[in-house]
Amino acid sequence: MNRIVGLVVLWVGAFLCAAPFLLLIATSLMSYEQAMTYPPAFWPSPATLDNFSKALGEGALWRWFANSVMVAVVTVVGQILTGAMAGYAFARMSFRGRDLLFFIVLMTMMVPVQVNLVPLFALVARLGWVDTYQALIVPDLAGAFGIFLFRQWFLGLPKELEDAARLDGCSPWRFFWTVALPTARPAVATLAIFQFLASWNTFMWPLVATHADHLRTLPVGLAAFRASMRETTDWPLLMAATTVAIVPAIVVFLFLQKQFMKGLMDGAVKG
Amino acid sequence: MSPVPALRHPLRSERIWGLLLASPALLIIGIFSMLPTLASFLIGFTDWDLLGAPRWVGLDNYSSLLADPVFPKVVANTLLFVVLYLVLDLVVALALALALNQKLRGLGFFRTAYFLPVVTSMVAVSIVWEWIFDPRGGALNEVLRWFGAEPIHWLSDPGTALPALVVMSVWKSLGTNVVLFLAGLQALPGEVLESAEVDGATGWKRFWHITLPLLGPTVLLVGILACIRAFQTFDSVYIMTHGGPRRSTTVIVYWLFQNAFTYFKLGKASALAYMLFGVLAGLTWVQWTLRKRWVHQEQDA
Repeated sequence: MNRIVGLVVLWVGAFLCAAPFLLLIATSLMSYEQAMTYPPAFWPSPATLDNFSKALGEGALWRWFANSVMVAVVTVVGQILTGAMAGYAFARMSFRGRDLLFFIVLMTMMVPVQVNLVPLFALVARLGWVDTYQALIVPDLAGAFGIFLFRQWFLGLPKELEDAARLDGCSPWRFFWTVALPTARPAVATLAIFQFLASWNTFMWPLVATHADHLRTLPVGLAAFRASMRETTDWPLLMAATTVAIVPAIVVFLFLQKQFMKGLMDGAVKG
Repeated sequence: MSPVPALRHPLRSERIWGLLLASPALLIIGIFSMLPTLASFLIGFTDWDLLGAPRWVGLDNYSSLLADPVFPKVVANTLLFVVLYLVLDLVVALALALALNQKLRGLGFFRTAYFLPVVTSMVAVSIVWEWIFDPRGGALNEVLRWFGAEPIHWLSDPGTALPALVVMSVWKSLGTNVVLFLAGLQALPGEVLESAEVDGATGWKRFWHITLPLLGPTVLLVGILACIRAFQTFDSVYIMTHGGPRRSTTVIVYWLFQNAFTYFKLGKASALAYMLFGVLAGLTWVQWTLRKRWVHQEQDA
């Protein structure tokens, strides 16, 4: 009995979670006329790809897509490099002020992004970076979560490995790149998926830092696209553009799901 | 030859290497994160429109915030949002986690389904939900019409706009909390639950008297994380309601954004940011303290 109630709850939950996505795809395949009929139809007949060709044909969507890919890839690579190096230093090397510095880095995780928004914009404006890719990329090239993640990983690295390498005259720099970093593949994967999704979905900062249409990332572009049809909304066209924007995030998630769940637990429970 | 001299040299260079390896990350975080955090605190005591020079005004921003007629409205909206979100989120996520916590085939499938909203951008799902809430041809009113209900203007009625945003936000973040609750449930001592079952405690009674108290720490952790998230709501308001109708969805971060980038009152925006920071820091502190205490209790036990 309990088991059946449980299963019903799970299926209803799964349906409610998936339903908006089904509606999104169904609407994106409808003609404008069909979506506007009353009472509304939920099933596209006939299904059409016109909205997708129209959304992609306008050019801006491709540009926003390319911007998002570029910003996400560069920040992922940057975070992995800076995070692994710093995480290794904080875990395995002794230098003056190490523990205090790590504590301060952890503290930055606690600061809500909205607190930094105004001064960060002022700083970026002073640097002349408004409406540039630097503004979208450079502030995100390092982050506390990545450092924390790699530090955890490198703390578990056996000390003997280092001692042996040291006796062989291997410099810390070479040891880091050739021995330590290659062992950290799971941490790399976890950080990669988290940072990719964070970068792909982030809205507030790119909204503030860019004004030119050709520098927008997908979320900012999509918001502008939506705002441009305030009077009458072409829902099928809008849904087609939205579908294009979310597919990469979902594909990445489906492929790296295991690492994502692990990172979620590490971040929430231990962090 | 003894190995000691060979060791000593790298150890000394370790100090330099350590700082060198950490420096790229420290530079980025220092310039683009720590510096703004400190600057934000100072800007909160100035009158600044970004173009001119900031003028020191002491606590004026804070007092004018408290005197602003919009402020109580924003606080009430934010608290209402947080409370509604928290209750709905915890109840639904816990129910789903309990249902998932049995020997079940297809666990992965359900988890994936619950996670699709989590990994999708808030901007994208806000647009989709705007279509769902659309009074003319939106899916929600259509489903309600099957039951004979009149169409409701969800997002343009001051009475329903904020609850509508809450429902969408719960849907968006449910998966995270289900996974955290499930991990908490799976970590519970199996013997206690089994012996309760032998004693004849079943179903609701067992949940209320045994499972829920044991799950206390997880509920608190998930609840605080949910609170922190709810206080930071912005994207959905920006896309779906613009803070309206009649300011009914102007929550603190949206008002902060308006002060900064619509009215160019950067001092006031920064003061507001630090008020928010204070609340969130308090919540984080509670979370850390409680967790430390529980870890000690577990070790003592």
